[in-house]
Amino acid sequence: MSLTDLTIAEARDALRAGETTATALTEAHLEAIQGAGALNAFVHHTPEIALEQAKAADARIAQGDAPDMCGIPIGVKDLFCTKGVASQAASGILDGFKPEYESTITDKLFTAGAVMLGKLNMDEFAMGSSNETSVYGNAVNPWRAGNSDAALTPGGSSGGSASAVAANLCLGALGTDTGGSIRQPAAFTGITGIKPTYGRCSRWGVVAFASSLDQAGPMTRSVRDAAIFLGAMSGHDLKDSTSADLPVPDFEAMLTGDIKGQVIGIPREYRMDGMPEEIEALWRDGTEMLRDAGAEIRDISLPHTKYALPAYYVIAPAEASSNLARYDGVRFGHRAKLSQGDGITEMYEKTRAEGFGPEVQRRVMVGTYVLSAGFYDAYYNRARKVRTLIKKDFEDVFAAGVDAILTPATPSSAFELGAMTDADPIQMYLNDVFTVTVNLAGLPGIAVPAGQDKRGLPMGLQLIGKPWEEGSLLNVAQCLEDRAGFVAKPAKWW
Amino acid sequence: MSIDRETARKVAKLARIAVPEDRLEPLAGEFNAILGFIEQLQEVDVNGVEPMVSVTPQRLKRREDVVTDGNQPQAALANAPEAREGFFAVPKVVE
Repeated sequence: MSLTDLTIAEARDALRAGETTATALTEAHLEAIQGAGALNAFVHHTPEIALEQAKAADARIAQGDAPDMCGIPIGVKDLFCTKGVASQAASGILDGFKPEYESTITDKLFTAGAVMLGKLNMDEFAMGSSNETSVYGNAVNPWRAGNSDAALTPGGSSGGSASAVAANLCLGALGTDTGGSIRQPAAFTGITGIKPTYGRCSRWGVVAFASSLDQAGPMTRSVRDAAIFLGAMSGHDLKDSTSADLPVPDFEAMLTGDIKGQVIGIPREYRMDGMPEEIEALWRDGTEMLRDAGAEIRDISLPHTKYALPAYYVIAPAEASSNLARYDGVRFGHRAKLSQGDGITEMYEKTRAEGFGPEVQRRVMVGTYVLSAGFYDAYYNRARKVRTLIKKDFEDVFAAGVDAILTPATPSSAFELGAMTDADPIQMYLNDVFTVTVNLAGLPGIAVPAGQDKRGLPMGLQLIGKPWEEGSLLNVAQCLEDRAGFVAKPAKWW
Repeated sequence: MSIDRETARKVAKLARIAVPEDRLEPLAGEFNAILGFIEQLQEVDVNGVEPMVSVTPQRLKRREDVVTDGNQPQAALANAPEAREGFFAVPKVVE
């Protein structure tokens, strides 16, 4: 078995047993990355930092002072600020930006001994579902459909993270999820991705898109790895006033795989018109797996589901228009070349026109519109009220005894890069139809690979849990993983 | 509610994004597609519903009102496209 085939749990145990070293693990992954340029997953390479961190990790392991993530090579989404290392949210407007500080999450991981291999591709400012809005160009899915050699999207916005983990370029990766940006790419690439409860992980130093929805989370090749990785990045942070001052349980210790007597809700509103039969069948199979494991399956209703995407496309652009106001060409990143006589307004307007891509511009302007005088109540306040109702839908079913909810993760498997170029933006937004409710309600949600379609592409199921109960959610996910037995890997073509 | 070329121009101005004249019309079309989608929200009965302020019911923490950070002008200016004499430099604002 190659060192790049290990899970985080296996690598941790091998490191502690002295069967390998962090340096050897890191070198194996750096070599894999070198040979995977065609995936365009890693966009900033940090081999010197990685080897230095690996050396330090080996010293700690030798002393017996090794947390779980010590010596584990990971990739970091370009949305995270990493000190002295390019961090540009895949945007031209942050060209050349090298933060003077470290995000809380990467700081926690590095303190725990994790090794950073580099920064990962993504949609610009995490706005997209196919990684096609990136200033670095598309990230590519390591999976291909049947005998076709057409390039597929790894999903988005955490497309580079998904591609890198699925192609064994790192043992796990950091992603972020505002409307489905961890779970949709995880489903498209046959890996596991969890968005924790809003407030579980600090947002400090993570480039903001929609602050009331953004959460970071791990993307890994097993549920156990997600539990280990999430534990290392969670916890209260004085620098993020929305981070929760709650103890972080030992998520891994909660993975018994035993879900006897738990109530799993199947929401009828997630049965969408035009959903491919293969996704329906996967959902039915997943339901039966959990029933076989001793869970009680209950049909439930989340009546406002239909309004989640429209509410999201008011709230997220509104917050984005405010958050992205800081990109003005004054303090960091790109500044447009000015013409004779241009004043500060022209500087702002030209800088933002040059620096932001079309999708980001569109969302900033939609956000500006829904917040503008005369429309604030009709759009923004109404969307916030609908958000209250969406959250209440979940509260009601949890209060009625439901422990977790099972849904498809995405309405399709991975599609071809370029397939949506001429579609109107709404078609792309529909990718998040099953995931976006979870962000609006602030709940934890996890995508678990559960099967393959007839072209051999992976498909995922989503489990949604109660606030702060990532541990029991991961346990249901573990049960699903055990029973689905998804072990397929993409055939290497890159 | 339909957005025309002039509204698109106004929104672009408010967002401080320069949009070329020939992009205004298509942009208005894209806005209308998105707003048409958002329009569904009008169907929902929101009478007596509080707009969400915080998704997790928690009080913001308080702390002593003391300086905890700062005094690092060099770090603050390190990424500035243009900095002079310890300040961010911008085109002339006042004539």
